[in-house]
Amino acid sequence: MRPEVWDAMAPFAFDSFGNSSGVHGVSRRAKDALEESRERIASILGASPMEIVFTSGGTESDNLALKGAVFNNSDRTGVVVGASEHEAVLEAAHFLSRLGNELTVIGVDRSGRIAVEGLIDSVTDNTAVVSVMLVNNETGAVSDVSAFSEAVHEANPGALVHSDAVQAFGCLEFTVDQLGVDLLSLTGHKFGGPKGAGLLYVREGTHLEALSHGGGQELGRRSGTHDVAGVVGLAKAMEMTAAERSRFVSEVGSLRDELEDELVSAIPDLVVNTPATDRSPHHLNVRIPGVRNETLLLRLDRAGVAASAGSACQSGAATVSHVLEAMGLSAEEARQSIRLSLGWTTTREEIDTASDTLISLVGELR
Amino acid sequence: MRALVAMSGGVDSSVAAALMRDEGHEVVGVTLKLWSGPNGEAPTAGCCTVSDAEDARRVAAQLQIPYYVLDYSEEFKGGVVDKFVNDYASGRTPNPCIECNRTVKFDQLLSRLDDFDCEVLVTGHHARSVREDGKWRLLRGADGAKDQSYVLSMLTQTELERTRFPVGDLTKSQVRSVAGGMGLRTANKPESMDICFVGQRDYRGFLADHAPDAFRAGELVDSEGNHLGDHEGIAGFTIGQRRGLGVALGEPRFVIRIEQGTSTVVVGERHELEIEGVDLEQVTWTLGVEHSGDMMAQYRAHGDPVEARLEGDHLSFAERQRAIAPGQTVAFYEGDTVLGGALISATTA
Repeated sequence: MRPEVWDAMAPFAFDSFGNSSGVHGVSRRAKDALEESRERIASILGASPMEIVFTSGGTESDNLALKGAVFNNSDRTGVVVGASEHEAVLEAAHFLSRLGNELTVIGVDRSGRIAVEGLIDSVTDNTAVVSVMLVNNETGAVSDVSAFSEAVHEANPGALVHSDAVQAFGCLEFTVDQLGVDLLSLTGHKFGGPKGAGLLYVREGTHLEALSHGGGQELGRRSGTHDVAGVVGLAKAMEMTAAERSRFVSEVGSLRDELEDELVSAIPDLVVNTPATDRSPHHLNVRIPGVRNETLLLRLDRAGVAASAGSACQSGAATVSHVLEAMGLSAEEARQSIRLSLGWTTTREEIDTASDTLISLVGELR
Repeated sequence: MRALVAMSGGVDSSVAAALMRDEGHEVVGVTLKLWSGPNGEAPTAGCCTVSDAEDARRVAAQLQIPYYVLDYSEEFKGGVVDKFVNDYASGRTPNPCIECNRTVKFDQLLSRLDDFDCEVLVTGHHARSVREDGKWRLLRGADGAKDQSYVLSMLTQTELERTRFPVGDLTKSQVRSVAGGMGLRTANKPESMDICFVGQRDYRGFLADHAPDAFRAGELVDSEGNHLGDHEGIAGFTIGQRRGLGVALGEPRFVIRIEQGTSTVVVGERHELEIEGVDLEQVTWTLGVEHSGDMMAQYRAHGDPVEARLEGDHLSFAERQRAIAPGQTVAFYEGDTVLGGALISATTA
């Protein structure tokens, strides 16, 4: 978390610990902070404050977008998603399918992206919502969501377009109109904000059924006492991120590119899963033939380098990445892949250490 | 030494990790993910469940040692679960915990020690390994009632060189007391008695779900071949079984033989369970020295060894023994020392 974010949040845990839904003075101050944050956030996204729904994070936002759209729609029951979407989108979609709704999962190409033609072919008069992520969390592949939104709305204006932009806000500048989406998910902890604070952008005129019913907060779309400190932190983090974004992109992007070059030249048969173009500046997903990622991650950790691989199962073992499998890798190839993620705190020294350590471990393990 | 400790989430492996750490070794704790249910979900009952992994993780955090979960589910499926199913389908009685030791823990995991940059594998088994006269000797654990040397009887010098059993010198209550003294959350955790992939249900239910072909209907006959009834599959029977035969003959009847070829289950009286000896396969010698002649043989995990004589691959018992099934393991002892082990391929009346 950015220290300034923590500082901005702190008062709301102590002196200003009011419930933003109350009537009295303490509450009003909390409410003030909440709504002021909402305005600032809306302005950054090019949206109006009423279009911002605060949630507990990306997963809840994704769930609300898909389920909320389907549950509210009596005419349309279909969901269309790409095969490389985040589990929050895929699992929500599969759940809806188990309830009897139509589900279409569109395959992705070798770069992890869906083709707009494939998307249009899948959208029908029964499609309630389409979900296409802006930046893939495992590979960093950037998709042309504006083109998707435009094509879908033209082909079938009754279908909503949702984009999981959780990995995107930190590295891409966009407004909701530029993307043309009806729904958009963001979460604070991906750009130096707090965990547990996120939002769903809901375009005016788009109606969702709430998943959390109760006191009617967020204009009835998401009931529950607000995490005022979290929202204040989210707004602060978004502002700082927007201000530093181009520097982040160029600096972190160069570090990532250098890391990639070093690894590629030192390990000739290394395969880069992250696409070569239209990619985030901070992801690097690579496959090292002959080395099991489980072993490599353990050894990297012992050497003080943190890397990851897909998601973990309930007991903590690494699972085979569904994203890589959707891209055409075999289970074995997926198990040879690791993900290195850079952040706003990553230094050159860390890149050099990671690179040297990885190269020497690969030499030892093969 | 750098030690990889296999932590099941039980008190024995928790204390094994603690003892190694306190002796000054660099310890890395791992839990093996062995089995997921049919939909990929982790077991919530039986051994090695999600909550067991959580217990192991917490103990590792308490001991301040690094901790990882390793996925051995493919190896486990091939080496243990499939063999379990095939054994029952062919009328044998498997011991999957022994197969897990043989193929997963002390073979596949052990062979990756170098990759993990560790020198020894440590488990919480109640057994002792001692270096004497240039060799590693495997001995029964200090606690006779908890001794697990039987399930380690397939180990040879190659494995013993790179394995340590720190709790073997302690009794179970001493282990719990050490754990309690350290405030480990597993100090009073009850032992799991279930096969990890079967859980709390009957193994027949597991077989019915995972290997329906193992159930091929056939006849129940007596030792003269007289038809007594029908059954739904030999996989549901084991030598010595008395219950669930589906025949009522007044006196107790036991499964004395299972014939895979004809899918016939032969049922007889108690005395018909007695056998003279067994034929062996996959014989291993702990010290690298082949033995023959008189020795003590133990054919149950917790049973007293009996006097026996080994000639070639046939083991004769000094006194006739009852209810021994092909597929079981026999371990050879000289006093408390394990000489070797083998699988029973057939019994001889």
